[in-house]
Parts: sequence; C-alpha cells; structure tokens
Amino acid sequence: MQLLALVLASFLVTPLLVLLVRGGLSSLTAVLPAALFIGFAALLPQISGGAVVLESHQWISSLGLEFSLRLDGLALLFALLITGIGTLIFLYASRYMVGRADQPRFFAYLAMFMGAMLGAVLSDDLITLVVFWELTSLTSFMLIGYEPESEQSRRSAQQGLLMTVAGGLALLAGMIILGQAAGSFQIAEILAQGPAIADHPHAPAIIVLLAIGAFAKSAQAPLHSWLPNAMVAPTPVSAFLHSATMVKLGVYLLARFDPVFGAHAWWSVLLVCAGLLTMLTGTVLAMRETDLKRVLAYSTVVSLGTLVTLVGLPNEVAATAMVTFLLVHALYKACLFMIAGIIDHETGTRDASKLSGLVRAMPATAAVALMGGMSMAGLPPFVGFVGKELIYEAGLQSSWPWIPVGIGLLANACMVVVAGIVTVKCFFGPPGPAVGEGAHDPPLAMMLGPLMLSLLGLLFGVMPGLAAPLLGPAASSLTGQVVSPSLALWHGLTPMLLLSVLTLIVGVVAFWRWMPLREFLADRKWIETLGPDAGYDHLMSGLSRLALWQTGIVQSGSLRRYLAATFGVIAVASLATLVSQDGLAFPALDSTSFAPELVLPLLLVVASLAVLRANTFMKGIVAAGMVGFGVALVFLFRGAPDLAFTQFSVEALAVVILLAIVGHLPFHEQDPRGKSERRFDAIVATLFGSTAALILFAAVAGPFDEQLSDFFRAASVPQAHGRNLVNVIIVDFRALDTLGEITVLAVAALAAASVIACVRMESPQHEVSRARPDSLIFRVCGYVMLPAAITFSLFLLWRGHNEPGGGFVGGLIAAAGCAVYVLPRGRDTLKKLLRLSPRTIAGLGLLAAAASGIFGLVAGDPFLTHKWAFFESGLALGSALLFDIGVYLAVLGSVLTFLEYYLEA
Amino acid sequence: MEIFFVLAFGVMIGVAAYLLMSRSVLRLILGLLVFSNAVNLSIFIAGRLGSNIPPLVAAGETTIAHSANPLPQALILTAIVISFALAAYIVVLFERAYHVLKTVDTDRMRSAEPRSIDDIDKESRE
Repeated sequence: MQLLALVLASFLVTPLLVLLVRGGLSSLTAVLPAALFIGFAALLPQISGGAVVLESHQWISSLGLEFSLRLDGLALLFALLITGIGTLIFLYASRYMVGRADQPRFFAYLAMFMGAMLGAVLSDDLITLVVFWELTSLTSFMLIGYEPESEQSRRSAQQGLLMTVAGGLALLAGMIILGQAAGSFQIAEILAQGPAIADHPHAPAIIVLLAIGAFAKSAQAPLHSWLPNAMVAPTPVSAFLHSATMVKLGVYLLARFDPVFGAHAWWSVLLVCAGLLTMLTGTVLAMRETDLKRVLAYSTVVSLGTLVTLVGLPNEVAATAMVTFLLVHALYKACLFMIAGIIDHETGTRDASKLSGLVRAMPATAAVALMGGMSMAGLPPFVGFVGKELIYEAGLQSSWPWIPVGIGLLANACMVVVAGIVTVKCFFGPPGPAVGEGAHDPPLAMMLGPLMLSLLGLLFGVMPGLAAPLLGPAASSLTGQVVSPSLALWHGLTPMLLLSVLTLIVGVVAFWRWMPLREFLADRKWIETLGPDAGYDHLMSGLSRLALWQTGIVQSGSLRRYLAATFGVIAVASLATLVSQDGLAFPALDSTSFAPELVLPLLLVVASLAVLRANTFMKGIVAAGMVGFGVALVFLFRGAPDLAFTQFSVEALAVVILLAIVGHLPFHEQDPRGKSERRFDAIVATLFGSTAALILFAAVAGPFDEQLSDFFRAASVPQAHGRNLVNVIIVDFRALDTLGEITVLAVAALAAASVIACVRMESPQHEVSRARPDSLIFRVCGYVMLPAAITFSLFLLWRGHNEPGGGFVGGLIAAAGCAVYVLPRGRDTLKKLLRLSPRTIAGLGLLAAAASGIFGLVAGDPFLTHKWAFFESGLALGSALLFDIGVYLAVLGSVLTFLEYYLEA
Repeated sequence: MEIFFVLAFGVMIGVAAYLLMSRSVLRLILGLLVFSNAVNLSIFIAGRLGSNIPPLVAAGETTIAHSANPLPQALILTAIVISFALAAYIVVLFERAYHVLKTVDTDRMRSAEPRSIDDIDKESRE
C-alpha cells in the first residue's frame, strides 16, 4: 500500500496544488515532493539491507491485470533523486515563475510529471512502465510548450513529443515481444529468469527496440536534437526534467534490463557505440553555443552518453561508476541549471559572451556556482571527482580501453570547459555589458536549491561512504549480483589520477581559448545543415507534402471518381466473394419461364437503352418515365395492384416535376465525358451490373421460405381487420417502419424548404422569370381535375384497408390534382388553395400518424397497436385510419413542397 | 421466368451506373431514376414471381390460400415514395447549384473541394 500511495500521491494532490498556487502560496507546493522524499527515505534501511519491496494490487481482474510495483536499489536511487530534487525545484519555481501567466497549470503539470516519473521507475509491469513512460513524454510536451504563442516553443515541444513518442512506440513493441518471450509481463519474473531470455531467438529484436526507445528518451545520437531545443522551456523545467530526471529514464530502462541482456553481444556493442558517439557529438556541439542553457543541455547529452556507455560496459566497476555518476551528475547539473536560471532572472540574458564579472553584484550566487562548477569539473574534494575516477577505472577495465578512455577524456575536458563557462566566465573578470542595475542575490527560495545541491556534492565528495548504502544496492540491481562499492576520495597514485590531471589540463587550456574555439566551430555551418535537427525539419515537411499528395488522389473532388471507386470496389469485392465462396447459382429454366409476360423485361431493356442514348433532356426523361411505367406494368401483371397504382402516379409526378424544375438546364447532346473516361466508366458499369445480376440470380436460385407471407395471409383479417394484405402490413404490422419512412419524406420536404428560403432571401419580390405553362386547356382542366383528384384520393384512402388503395396512393393523387391546378396559376394560388404551408401539412401528417399509436399505449399494448371500434351497421373504425390519414398528409405535404420550389425559383 | 427479369435488372443497373458516373448533372438524375426503379424491381423479384393473384382477401373470407407475396410489396411501396422524394430533393439541389455555380458539369463544381492549394488561396482572398 505504501508504494502505491507514494506513486499516486502526486496525481491525487494536484488539485490541491492548483488551489495553493492560485492562493499565492506557491512555495507550499514543495511540501508534496518533500513528503514523498521522506516516504522513500524511510524505505532506505530496508533496501540497503538487500531486500526488494514488492507490492501488487488488483487492477482489471477480468483480464488478470495487476498493478504491481517494485522497489529495489536502482528504483530507490531514482525515486530519491526525483523527489529530492523535485522539492528544491518546486521551491525554486515558486519564486522563479512569479509574474508568469498561468502558474497553476505549470505546477499541476510539474506534479503530474513527478508522479509519472515515480510510476515509471517503480513499475513492475512492462506495460505499466510504458504507460508512465508516455505520460512523462506528454507532461514534458506540455511543459516545453508552456508559452504556446512562441513558434519556437511550439516547434520544440512538437519535436520533443514526436521523437520521444516514436521511441515509445518502438519501446512498446519491444516490451510486448519481451513479455511473450519471457512468458510473463512482470519485471520481477523477467529478472528472475535472467540471462536465459538473452538466448531467445527474438532477443536481438527486443534489444534493438528497447534501445531505440531508450535512446530517444535519453537523447542519444542521432536522436539527441530535441534536448537542446527543449531549453525554450522555463528553467525549473529544464533543471528538473531535462537534466536530472526525465532524460535519465532511458538510462533507467537500459540499467533495469542489463542483468537480462548484459551478456548478449548486441547489447554491449550497441550501447557502448551509441554512448561514445553521443559523448563525441555532445562535446563538439557544446563548444559552439553561447546560450548558457544550451551549453548545459549539450553537456547533459554528453553525460547521458557516458551513462549509457557505462551501462553497456560489462564489468562490475562500470556498474558502480554508473550509479555514482548518476547521482553526481544530478546534483551538479540541477544546481548549475538553477544558477543559469538565476543569472537569467537577474540580468535578463543568458548569453555567455556578454556575461562577466557578476561576482560583485551576486557574491553568494557566485560562491554556490563555483562549488557546483568544481563538482562538474571533477575537482577534489567534490563528489564529481569520485565519479570521474570511477568512470576512468571502468574504461580502463574494458576490452579496448583506449577508445572509451580517450573519448571519456575529451568528454570530461568538455565538462571542465562548460563548468568554466557557467562559473568563471560569468562571475569573474571585468564587469561585462550585461551587468546592469538591480542585479543582486536572489531570494532564499531560489538560492536554497543550488546551495543544498552543491553542499551535498561537497559532503559526498569528502565522505563518499555516506552514499554507499544507497549506491551499493543500486549497482547490485545493475549487475544482478551483490556489489559493495569502494568509494573513496583518494585511491593512491593510480592511472585514473593521471587521467584526471590530464583532463584538467586539457580542459583548462580549452577554456582559456574558448572564444576562438567557439567561433571556429560555429563557423562550420555544415555541422548544422547536415545535422539531425535539419533532418527533422526535412522529415516533417516531407510528411506534409506526402499527405497533401495522397489526399489529392483519394479525395480528388470529382464526384465521378468517387462513384467509380464505390461501384468498382463493391463489384469486385462481391464478385470475388461469390466466386471464391462458391455462391454462384442460377434458377432453373423451365416451361413456366416462357410466357407472354416476357415482353416486359424486353420493354425494360429497350427503355433503359433509350435513356442511355437520349440526346435531349426531353427524350431522356420520357425514356426514364418509360422505364418506370415498365416496372409499373410488371407490378400490375404480377399481382401487385397497390404498387402499380403508386408507381404510375409517382412516375407521372416525377416526369412533371423534373421537367418543371430542371428542364431548362443545358443538356449536352453528347455526354461531356472524354472518350477514355467513357470507356472506363462503361467497364465499371458493366462490371457492376453483372455483379448485381449474379447476386440476384444466386438469391433467387435458392428455395423460398413462405413462413412470413403465410402468417400475413392468415393473420391479416382476424387480427388487423383488413383484407388488403399490403396495406395491413404497412399500416398495422410494420407501422413503426412506415412512421420512420414518412418522417424521411417530411425531412426531405424540410430540406427543400430550406433551399426555398434561400431563394426567397435572395430576391424577396422577384417575379418568376421563367415562363409558366399557361394555356386555356390546362387551366380549365385544373378546375375539373382538382376536385376529382381530391375526391378520388379520399376514396382510395378510405377503402385502402380492404381494397387496393391507401394513404400513399391517395396522397400522390391528391398532389397530382393540386399540381395540375396550381401550375398554370402560380405560387399565390398554392397559398390560397392550401391555406397552410405544405410543411405544416406534412407535419400534421406526422402528428396524426404518431397519435394513432397512442391508442395502443393507453390500452396497455405496445405503441402503434391499432384499436378498433365496431358499430352495429357493420362499420369498423380503427386507429389504422388515422395512421393512413397521417401518411396521406405527409405525402401530400412533401410533394407540394417540391412543387412550391418550382413556383418560387 | 425470373431469369429474364434478372437479366433486365442487370441491364438497368449497368445503364444506371454508367449514367450516374456522368459529369453532366442531368444525366446523373436520369441515372438515379433508373437506379431506383431497378432496385425496387430487384426486391420484387427476390420475393419470387410465383402467383400473380393480388394479395387481397375476398369479402367475407378470412384468409387467402395462394397469392403474390405481400411482404416485398409492402416494402417496395414505401421505397417508391421515398426514392421519389430523394430524387426530387436532388433535383432541387442541382437546380440551385446551377443557379449559383453556373455549370452543370460536376467536375467544375469546385467550391467545396478546390483543385489545389492555389484555388483555396484564391477563394480566401475573394
């Protein structure tokens, strides 16, 4: 329970922190990490004794997922670093961030980052580790992009996110393969299996993937470019995340799995090579910068390279060196970053070439800076010296000692130079141009951090044995065996001492000639243009161009292409399935197949071809009407009178409305498609048509189950009191369907009405410019047809339940009658005739249909169960009639809306 | 007998698809009409063209022994009216589009999907 509480505390306390910062008590936020530090320190005796604390909690029991946490030496070292430095950073930030916008958000992200970091190092489960890993990337993104108005911030934040998250993806893949190879996702069990996993055939893949993830997070070359760019973040963020904790997460990962893969050839080679390359890269690039934070950032890159190299080196001293240097580096780097932040805060600049002689204005800061700088330069009696000696010892014990030692020499010399830049150059010497008025020692909150860290550096340097209880178990986690480190300031006259002296000499000389060296390197522009940072820019712009090109092809904007793609894919997919699944089937050709009605399919084919070859719109619409009438004839001769009536009415209305509305649009004699386009479309269309026919053949070839139809035939009269089976199904058995469908009609009417409203808005008073079909015969016909149609439609509506008819046909015929009456007379006649707007009529229809269903509800039956009242005269009235009236009105209203459009436009 | 109707259906679908892919808006409408008729026909055929006796129970009876299949007829009835409403609405839209964009060529109706970045810049400047 204790570990879980320590991990979750940061997340849970975040709202409280927000309140504290809003209330102006930002310094109290440091209580959170301080409490966590004490919590972890309490576990130190247990861990020093060699124990490992394991905790497991049920998470998703159905999947067997547990939330397990594991604390060993390495994890405890990290946890203490995170929470300890975190306390000092929170305190520092409470003064540093004064005056900046949106501080509550800042502290919230900082707290969440700390919690995520703790979760990552304490996690015992591979997937949980990845989750917390990505959470640290996310919070880092938020913190780097803290001032999103600046383009640099945005770019740096995006770069940091993309690179670490891409690494995280590789990490996830590696973790999954590792979990499957080991048979378990628990780190404790994987460590127990130990080197046996390294013999697994997937081990090289796991190693490479884990390495990519770790390298991206820990800024190894060539994935290092995001770290210096992350310096646009506020200094507390740079000091906390990008020097002391988050960037070391990759190193933690590699150290965690070193006992498992350490013996594998790929592991040591990959890590050592990457580490050494990073050290060199960081050294060269650090010498080119003048911005204090960027210089420190590059030196962090060098240190990370050193750490990775030490993890890769297989000897025991390397393990001790690694954990010691981890501690050492965290102490001095965070200290110097905070010093750089103080300088920036007080003088307003971070440019080392302009800063000089600040010791007069800020003596206390200078003293602390000097202490931190001496630790960084590796001078005794500071702990930096102890760390450096151990690095050289590890290098000397490796297989090819000259390479790590040589590069280590350069790297450590670079550290000396950087330390010199931040401390000696800035503080001593004649007062430079940047020392303005008002530069003074900062308040205690900002000074406490660097002061404590540098004092700790001195303490551990003078008495290194104090750190042994912590570093011993940490090194043991690295090697898998118990290690008792011998940390001492003075080992006697050893080769390491010689190397340290050499380092100091090289470093001092380089610092003395820093300005010319820096200018020489900065003038080598090819370092930038060929570097990974420029590569990142090229990659991003290349991706954008690729996306644009690809979108242009898929979303070309041509309706024809979309339709062709749709038809083509449907046809090919269906055909492929039919053929491969053996679904092709054809109905039998027998004597009943040849009947006089064969003329109907022929009629349909001829009419369709006529539509195809029409060269005026009139011919086309008449041919389309013929197709419709052909289908109506099929309905009529095959026993579907209702359908035939509806189809005839609809086709007539369609021809009229279409000709009315779009008859005046230009119709090209030839299809405007080019020859090759037409060929292509013909192929697609033929394919589509054949596939459709084949599917229907297969459907018709099988036997037919008459169950439903028999039910309707049997139940229609007894249950629904109707003899017209089709109408009974529509109005009674499947009334809810029909209710939905008349809603569709009403919605189509509404949509058309919105277009009418647009037309009215454009020209409120305009007179319709197009000629209306006005002839005496037409007008007089209207007088006759309107009442006849209305009467007939009402008759059809009434008798629909028992004879062919019904609401649909009735509505259509009424609409036809209204159309004949109104067309020659204009839109005002429509208004006068109906008194209501057509949409209102459609709406009333919907209301009536819905209301007819309430009768059933009242009687305790489902909605739309129709109820009947029987009278002695034999008359039967039911709510089905109300439903049909609703259908009638909805159809009438919808069709009249389209008519209205014609009259308005 | 269904064989020949299915063949006719195939021809109608092919013609309709060809017309729907036309660049002229009017031919598209014609294709749409043929397409909806073809689909209604297909539902009718799928219900099997067996008996041609209308599904109407005679007065005084309570059931009918053999008749045409009533269920597909019910489905097609609403489908006919809805596809008509759809076609009418599309026609309204195309007419309005012609009025505003002054073209019946779908490839030239580019206000929603400009051909390239240059067109977008041109539009935003107008």
